[in-house]
Amino acid sequence: MSNGARLRQRAGAALWRRPWLRGVLTLSPPLLWFLVVYLASLVTMLVTAFFSVNSLTGSVVYQWTWSNFSQILTQPVYGSIILRTLVMAVAVTVTDALVALPFAFFLAKIASRRWRQLLLAMLLLPLWASYLAKVYAWINILSDKGVLPGIESRLGLPTTHIAYSNIAMWIVFSYLWLPFMIVPIYGAFERVPDSLLEASSDLGAGAWSTFRWILLPMVLPGVVAGSIFTFSLTLGDFITPLLIGGSSSNFIGNAIYDSALNGGNLPFAAALAFVSIAIMAVYLLLARFAGAFEAL
Amino acid sequence: MRLSRFTRGGLALFATFVVFFLIAPLLVIVLFAFDASNVQTFPIHHWTTSWFSVAWHDPAVRGALWLSLKAGVLATAIALVLGMLVAFGIHRFRFFGRDTVSLLLVLPIALPGIVTGLALQSAFNLAGIPFSLYTIVIGHATFCIVVVFNNVIARLRRTSMSLLEASADLGASPVQTFRLVTMPMLSTAIIAGALLAFALSFDEVIVTTFTAGAQNTLPLWIFGAIRLGQQLPEVNAVVVGVLVLTLAPIAYAARISSGESVGKSAGSGT
Repeated sequence: MSNGARLRQRAGAALWRRPWLRGVLTLSPPLLWFLVVYLASLVTMLVTAFFSVNSLTGSVVYQWTWSNFSQILTQPVYGSIILRTLVMAVAVTVTDALVALPFAFFLAKIASRRWRQLLLAMLLLPLWASYLAKVYAWINILSDKGVLPGIESRLGLPTTHIAYSNIAMWIVFSYLWLPFMIVPIYGAFERVPDSLLEASSDLGAGAWSTFRWILLPMVLPGVVAGSIFTFSLTLGDFITPLLIGGSSSNFIGNAIYDSALNGGNLPFAAALAFVSIAIMAVYLLLARFAGAFEAL
Repeated sequence: MRLSRFTRGGLALFATFVVFFLIAPLLVIVLFAFDASNVQTFPIHHWTTSWFSVAWHDPAVRGALWLSLKAGVLATAIALVLGMLVAFGIHRFRFFGRDTVSLLLVLPIALPGIVTGLALQSAFNLAGIPFSLYTIVIGHATFCIVVVFNNVIARLRRTSMSLLEASADLGASPVQTFRLVTMPMLSTAIIAGALLAFALSFDEVIVTTFTAGAQNTLPLWIFGAIRLGQQLPEVNAVVVGVLVLTLAPIAYAARISSGESVGKSAGSGT
């Protein structure tokens, strides 16, 4: 055996005898990345939220102040922005859950094997298709000279004019995040054994009772997992409100975007991001309470 | 569960409607890319393929495409190494704070993408790091790690560790075991994870907005053009190109991993 090979073997044996060393070697690069890049950045942002900007020079003043937060809390415009974002997030989450539940149920429990595979493949397209492509498609569908009014006028129907409104945003958001809701709910339905449903109906339960008392409690964690996605994605979006929403459709995301990139007020943007983190933290705590993390 | 024929039929009809709702907008995009008119109206009267050539020869589009490809490849490479390491670590070792590590990995996708973007911008700003290709890559790699991790750990959980011990008992060095036993076991999961990570990076807008500065990735170019309402016929063609470039690797990843974990995660929704 050559020297090099012997050395490698001894190194291997040494590592084999010291699992903690292997653990440290394996885990330290990814953990360092997360600590240095991600967590340090988050902390920087949270600290930045307590700084301010010199209104003359536009540079950040590194002095502790609550002014950003008091501005968010006292100026009614931010209250209405936060409220609008929250209402939309809830509306989209509820809509997607109501559409995804029967769809995923059909997919997991009724459709034949071949249909299920075909439908799952079809689901991958909108799930992974470019976000901007999807938003842009809806501009082309809903705008006054778009596909929907075009078809309606062909059929002699009254044309709808909902582009650039909150309703348009609600439709587009529901469309964008629907696959994110379907996937975890489908997974939850799939994990329910058929024998359980048979047992329920053998014991005399009708379809509705079986759904209400057996299926629904078992897929609820899936719904909550999906809702984390729909909620978080709506909360952080600024592109759909900008491209599809009307003139008064600012979200928290737009306020962050405007003050960070257009207004050059990074501290204020950070304070706004603080608000969305706080909302998300409350939501995640509630979700954890509902046992959603196992289904994530 | 016994369902009446009426309920089954109703659910089938509903499912068909949902699939139509999900797919139709993608078809609209493809249709408009072949519209000869400068101003998009429906129905389309004249057809052309010339917008693809216009887009392909536009230096702004080319530059953006090149930047997106570079960022995607580099971010995928980093995510691949770190995602595999953390999957091995979590799977193999029991240690204090293991659940915290899993939570930490999900954080960039559980928190809104704009938070990740702004956090990175604040850090770059404070550290005095100017925006460059690498600031984009750092952002993308951070949310791509979890995609690789998900794929690799799903495969590790389904494979038996005794194979690795057998290999060591038969005298293989750790490097040999890794090359000859571990890698072949995991290869399709790793390739699938890499393809998904690339697709995610290639299409990302929200985090990139905050880490690109004045540079344009392809999604940023598209966003800018739509917002200003300029060059829209070109946008149609570019968007179809992006659709093909993201969906082709996804389709392949889904095939080789037999649908193991091609679910997409949240903050990366964009």
